[in-house]
Amino acid sequence: MADDEAYISGIGQSRIGVKLTRHPLLLTLDAVREALDEAGLTIGQIDGVSTYPGRTPALLGFSPIGADELIDALGIRASWYAGGGEISSQLGAVTAAVAAVRTGQARHVICFRTVYEAAAMSRPDEYPVPRRERVDGYSQWFAPFNAMSAANWTAQYAMRHVKRYGLTREQLAQIALTDRANAVLNPRALVREPLTMDEYLSARMISTPLCLYDCDRYTDASTVLIVSAGSAIDEVRCTPIRIAAMAGTVHRQSWDQAEWMACYPTGADLWKRTDYRPGDVDTAQLYDGFSFQALAWLEALGFCEVGEGGRFIEGGKRIALDGELPLNTFGGQIGAGRLHGFGFAHEAVVQLRGLGGTRQIAGDPRVAVCASGGGPLATALLLVRD
Amino acid sequence: MAAPRPLPRLDAENRPFWTGGEAGELRIMRCRDCRAFIHPPRPVCRSCLSENVAPEVVPGTGVVDTFTVNYQKWHPAMEVPFVIARVALDGAPGVFLTTNIVGCAVEDVDVGDRVRVTFERQDDVYLPLFEKVG
Repeated sequence: MADDEAYISGIGQSRIGVKLTRHPLLLTLDAVREALDEAGLTIGQIDGVSTYPGRTPALLGFSPIGADELIDALGIRASWYAGGGEISSQLGAVTAAVAAVRTGQARHVICFRTVYEAAAMSRPDEYPVPRRERVDGYSQWFAPFNAMSAANWTAQYAMRHVKRYGLTREQLAQIALTDRANAVLNPRALVREPLTMDEYLSARMISTPLCLYDCDRYTDASTVLIVSAGSAIDEVRCTPIRIAAMAGTVHRQSWDQAEWMACYPTGADLWKRTDYRPGDVDTAQLYDGFSFQALAWLEALGFCEVGEGGRFIEGGKRIALDGELPLNTFGGQIGAGRLHGFGFAHEAVVQLRGLGGTRQIAGDPRVAVCASGGGPLATALLLVRD
Repeated sequence: MAAPRPLPRLDAENRPFWTGGEAGELRIMRCRDCRAFIHPPRPVCRSCLSENVAPEVVPGTGVVDTFTVNYQKWHPAMEVPFVIARVALDGAPGVFLTTNIVGCAVEDVDVGDRVRVTFERQDDVYLPLFEKVG
């Protein structure tokens, strides 16, 4: 273990559900406890906290717990912390923590993402949605045209693939079908029933070409990854997973002025920072809040050419659990729930440690890529078991 | 009658864009030094950092770069389906507007369609919507 490297040590996850009544701070604690137990660390050894996007008062279900609150609630003596949305997407909280431990600002950093959207919607008295008279910021360029959702914005990138490259619904379906097949094998997954092609093709449209099953759904859960400094890794009892490369590139911070989603420059930059190549990757865990994002990430990370994503996943064999590039082996967000980015890094670590149980991929996986976001926000991490 | 749309909060930078329709004009911020267009409008040029910027009238025509037909009622009063499109503006290279294509059936919209602006007034805002040409 190299002192100047950063590693993921313990990982943890709460129960994943909808309309949970357990307090979001306690869901976060569930995930923290599991991560500490796996790493063999105590809360007293934690000296950093990092989260995305921090407590969001205007949309509390989206992010009910901030880094500052967790520090105070769990009695953490933090020498470094960060939480905010102005970073390269959900896993940007991990890239920030890596920078902190590699510069000696912290030794063991709890990185977390807690979501409580389903619970919050079911309890509007506790979690009111403030009414706005007018929209501003980036919303003003979308909401007046009733382009209310990231589903609409992502759908337009997907439609460009349909028109330019001939992406078919049957091809795109393979993301949802693969997710749902894998989720059956994940005891924690939100949806544990497989999806058939017929069900997919007959589903109602949300925003063409995206149908209901192309979209994740509101979920309540917390996911924790502990980022540990190389110099402190001998305190950890689980197999350390090295963060071998990171990228989070943005050329235009915009959903409609960018020619390409941010995953494309991000994916290209990731490979500039490592000697590993796409062919070395044993499993890919790629953001799929909307199915098309995972397809775009496959292209962006160089697993196939731009525009070839549909043909790359056609039939689903290549990305299946026993395929050459197993994808989203925990069920992705479409199957496991909208964990919002952190689920992909969590699962990459599970697979690299060989702890996937019935969903463990074959062989001896040593290299995984995980990614969050895709649109104007994108982060990619290359994880390696040395 | 269609449900009211969420409206932008007007400020010094965005007012020319959102109110140009009163004069029938589509106005995009432009740098007077390097001539690059700046959208969303800001008081600085993103190409040369000049502060010498001002709104400029563009032809109001363009091409559908991509689109989606929205079927989801994001609130109960929303009338669906409708077309959301990203329009590449003529005369303003690199500027796209997210908008609606109106005045035709949703299935009649395609990438590459020529479109022209048509303003829809709501309160003090003139929303630049687009309709197919010809």
